[in-house]
Amino acid sequence: MNRINQKLQEDKKLLSIYFTAGYPNINDTATIIQNLEKNGVDMIEIGLPFSDPLADGPTIQASSTQALKNGMTTDVLFNQLKDIRKTVNIPLIIMGYFNPMLQYGVEAFCQKCQEIGIDGLIIPDLPVDVYHEDYKATFDKYSLINVFLITPQTSDERIRYIDSISNGFIYMVSSASTTGAQSGFGDEQTSYFERIANMNLKNPQIIGFGISNNDTFTQATKYAKGAIIGSAFVKHVTNNGVGTIDGFINKIYFK
Amino acid sequence: MSYNINKKGYYGEFGGAFIPEMLYPNVEELRQNYLKVMAEPDFQKEFNQLLKDYVGRPSPLYFAKRLSEKYNTKIYLKREDLNHTGAHKINNTIGQILMAKRLGKHRIIAETGAGQHGVATATVCALMGLECIVYMGEIDIARQAPNVARMKMLGATVVPATSGSKTLKDATNEAIRDWINNPVDTHYIIGSVVGPHPYPDMVARFQAIVSEEIKWQLQEHEGTENPDYVVACVGGGSNAAGAYYHFLDDTNVNLIAVEAAGLGVDSGESAATSVLGREGIIHGSKTLLMQTNDGQITEPYSISAGLDYPGVGPMHAHLYKSGRAEFISITDDDAMTAGLELCKLEGIIPAIESSHALAVFEKKQFKPNDIAVVSLSGRGDKDLETYINHFKL
Ligand SMILES: Cc1ncc(COP(=O)(O)O)c(C=O)c1O
Repeated sequence: MNRINQKLQEDKKLLSIYFTAGYPNINDTATIIQNLEKNGVDMIEIGLPFSDPLADGPTIQASSTQALKNGMTTDVLFNQLKDIRKTVNIPLIIMGYFNPMLQYGVEAFCQKCQEIGIDGLIIPDLPVDVYHEDYKATFDKYSLINVFLITPQTSDERIRYIDSISNGFIYMVSSASTTGAQSGFGDEQTSYFERIANMNLKNPQIIGFGISNNDTFTQATKYAKGAIIGSAFVKHVTNNGVGTIDGFINKIYFK
Repeated sequence: MSYNINKKGYYGEFGGAFIPEMLYPNVEELRQNYLKVMAEPDFQKEFNQLLKDYVGRPSPLYFAKRLSEKYNTKIYLKREDLNHTGAHKINNTIGQILMAKRLGKHRIIAETGAGQHGVATATVCALMGLECIVYMGEIDIARQAPNVARMKMLGATVVPATSGSKTLKDATNEAIRDWINNPVDTHYIIGSVVGPHPYPDMVARFQAIVSEEIKWQLQEHEGTENPDYVVACVGGGSNAAGAYYHFLDDTNVNLIAVEAAGLGVDSGESAATSVLGREGIIHGSKTLLMQTNDGQITEPYSISAGLDYPGVGPMHAHLYKSGRAEFISITDDDAMTAGLELCKLEGIIPAIESSHALAVFEKKQFKPNDIAVVSLSGRGDKDLETYINHFKL
């Protein structure tokens, strides 16, 4: 069974962390992953940096720009990850934009992911329909779970459609925004969280965008299986380096 | 072969809507409505009325006698430079502002490079009394000060794009991010035939008035609707799309697309996408774009801010790949020289973008009886500073 599906069966709320590969330093990738697992994180999204990250706010834009300046490329990332399964057991997801994957070759990219032990992909600018028609077979062949996003504006009908195509979890974007733009959840979000929770979807949901501390994590996981922290973690390593990951995670997870 | 868009939003293999789910409701709303709205008699009436009374259409099709003599061929200039605000861009912004109103949007965002599209957007927002926010690269703000002032006078808010290379590509990113953050009340007026479907097709249809007019104007001048050549510069490709539109399937009409070679296509400082680009995805569209081997979008360069874009619209990618259009790249120097030549021979100061199209006559031999229509997409007022510096005037 795919590690993501296994993880989703555990009887607990999940914490997933996003970081930008190649940031702050080009060779931090494995260290960050190992430290996150050691500190009890359930799942990791490894950001493959892109020059023009449309769905991202200033924090992840800046980390992506820096990572590219540091020399991060698709090949470099795959190389850094080639032995990662010797030390790490939790699900690993690559999150990136579609163009770099297209240039690598979608099939070659997927094959490489399977070789390394990547469990899934999140590609914000690969639309559901295109995936379904052109790439699903390839993802299936290499046992990769593709994760789709929904937002407060996504219609119920479309959510059901996305649910029918998904086979891992649904990434619930907390509000209409790019990454990192939130400072807590209001009534609008909680009623959206409730609405989705009541839809009884076949795939569990994990909430992301705007989760930054114990408070927002607790609020989100009241309605969903888990939550994803991205910009807040990137900010933490910007300010404190990768040596103090334990402090950051402890504050989120265990208060 | 068809050179127009198909039902799924593709020109051949190019186009589509590669957008994050956050943009789906907006883009889908537009996709479902744009053709219906454009077909409404009431929309058509208002659009045509504004093009006539406000923009000043039809724009003349002018036989450039002295230029024709010099190159020993028949050259007509389609005078989009005489439009209100000084370029073809306003054809599109008039159309889109009417679309936005019918979709019930009251906040307008746009990106701009040289500022021409920003000015054209600010203009129609003032006309309709709608809020207007224009994203513009920090570097372009510095080098296009008069247009920044114009936008402000017209009531627009100009927001500097400070990410990436701080030029047109990044301004477009910022506008898209704004749209993600304002998914309900906002319409994004894209300035060229780029972006996710249905934008390339919608913008092409609003610009199609250009070739519609060329047909009957040329009939009056020459007794034929079809020229032998239509020549236009291509940044994103909207003036070219408009000038080609009604000739696309008429393969007797040769289409010439002129790209900016910058300092030369091999210099590393160029915007000649058809030469330097590969298939990929930029701003939600599968098309040709300049990129590194591993798919990072690279920085273009051209002396002309309007051509300084690392992609082309999907229609043009298809025209290139299918061989329907001939692509020619023109350097900064050759464009500037052709621009100055038009001043001296015809008393017309062209935008530097349009000067690229004019430079084709030095590069390619036309026959004496050939009729070539050049899209004179804009006037050179905005470029005086650049002309002055280049020629030490
Ligand atoms: C006068 C003029 N011509 C051409 C262009 C290039 O745009 P497009 O290729 O969409 O016509 C611009 C863009 O700013 C412009 O101002």
